[in-house]
Amino acid sequence: MHNAIIIHSQDNVAVVIAPIAAGERISAAGRECVAAEPIPQHHKVALAPIAAGAPIVKYGETIGVAARPIAAGQWVHTHNLTSAEE
Amino acid sequence: MGFWGYRRANGACGVRNHVAVISSVVCANGVVEAIGRAVPGVKTLTHGEGCGRGPADTILAVRVLGALGRNPNVAAVLVVGLGCEVVKPEFIASAVAATGKPVETISIQQAGGSVKATRRGIEIAQQFVEQAAGQRREMCEWRHLTLGLKCGGSDGLSGLTANPLVGRAADWLVGEGGTVVLTETTEIIGAEKILARRAADPRVGQALVALVDKQHRLVKEMLGPLADQVISPGNMDGGISSIQEKALGGIAKSGSTPLQQVLELGDPPTKAGLVFMDGPGHDVIAMTALAAGGAQMFLFTTGRGTPAGFPLAPVIKIASNSELFAAMGDDLDVNAGRLLEGTSLADAGQSLVELVQSVADGAPVKAEINGSEMFALPTVAPPL
Repeated sequence: MHNAIIIHSQDNVAVVIAPIAAGERISAAGRECVAAEPIPQHHKVALAPIAAGAPIVKYGETIGVAARPIAAGQWVHTHNLTSAEE
Repeated sequence: MGFWGYRRANGACGVRNHVAVISSVVCANGVVEAIGRAVPGVKTLTHGEGCGRGPADTILAVRVLGALGRNPNVAAVLVVGLGCEVVKPEFIASAVAATGKPVETISIQQAGGSVKATRRGIEIAQQFVEQAAGQRREMCEWRHLTLGLKCGGSDGLSGLTANPLVGRAADWLVGEGGTVVLTETTEIIGAEKILARRAADPRVGQALVALVDKQHRLVKEMLGPLADQVISPGNMDGGISSIQEKALGGIAKSGSTPLQQVLELGDPPTKAGLVFMDGPGHDVIAMTALAAGGAQMFLFTTGRGTPAGFPLAPVIKIASNSELFAAMGDDLDVNAGRLLEGTSLADAGQSLVELVQSVADGAPVKAEINGSEMFALPTVAPPL
């Protein structure tokens, strides 16, 4: 069931199009993960593990870096994403 | 392959064949509107400028009004002035005449008042409309099309649905040799270095970063503590986590091709492909700037909904969500909310490209059907 979108093939996050409960399967563009926690509607979820300090990629570009390690299926937002200062 | 357009004497091609009646100064608006009522086949451009401003605004008004007259969608131009204004009709007319299209001027004082000026204007306008009606559409190559990109009344979904969808159409047109103009300098703040990396030439990227830095300082100067409402991610509840993410959502309209050029407000691109034009987020002034730069059509995304249209060029409006499209379908041409309901970006992108093609061939957009047109000139300083 299609419940998220991936904007660019290089993205490591997807955007969920409906509120997602913990344990729910998230699938978009042939990629899948299982929600590790509730994900609010239109928020981002990690599609794969992201190491602390590693780029968070959406639109095929770095929108920030992981402030701490992020597991696949975890919610990605201001609590674990730091704006990347160039 | 191309579109059925109107070929101009200078080789440019219009997707519409409008006769423009332009006020050179606010004092001529009454006569211009009277001509428009008598000859509904014309497009009137009235505004509040043309006199009582400093040199920077005088130069800007002359440059932009002249450039609008040169827009390929315009078949012929009548400029009406008062007589004692700073922005003379002749300044605008000479810029238009360089394209080889018919242009006439009227001075209300010289004509002996507004009734005589209107009568003369009606005669000229009728002749121009008759001439334009006799022109046939010809096959024009896509390299003659310039698309202006705009978002207005964005919401949290604009960057997920409508803007990436527009990016598909932008990539298609660039692939066909056409030109796509991104603007709204304020919206780029935060992602200017990312966009600059797409520059075809490092100097283009440097020009973009310098332009956005200048705008960033201006916004902070003008708004003080309120600046954060413009340059911060904004709607955190909507799932946007950084200013880069917010700006990238807007830049998504530009697709993925290299940035070829950075232009001043209202200047025409001299390179094909994706270009950036300095311009405000203000919906109407941004469309004026893009049309002055030669855009014959707009792709306009919205999350909150807008009736926006422009007198000289069709505006294809794209809703970011299905609720908006259901509520304001009379004003909107495309529902990008379908991307959240299983339609692929590739399929929706193909549909949008087909719509651009049919609108270029003459199919009317909602704003044209509704007669929803708005026009405003950019300004830089307060009136004197």
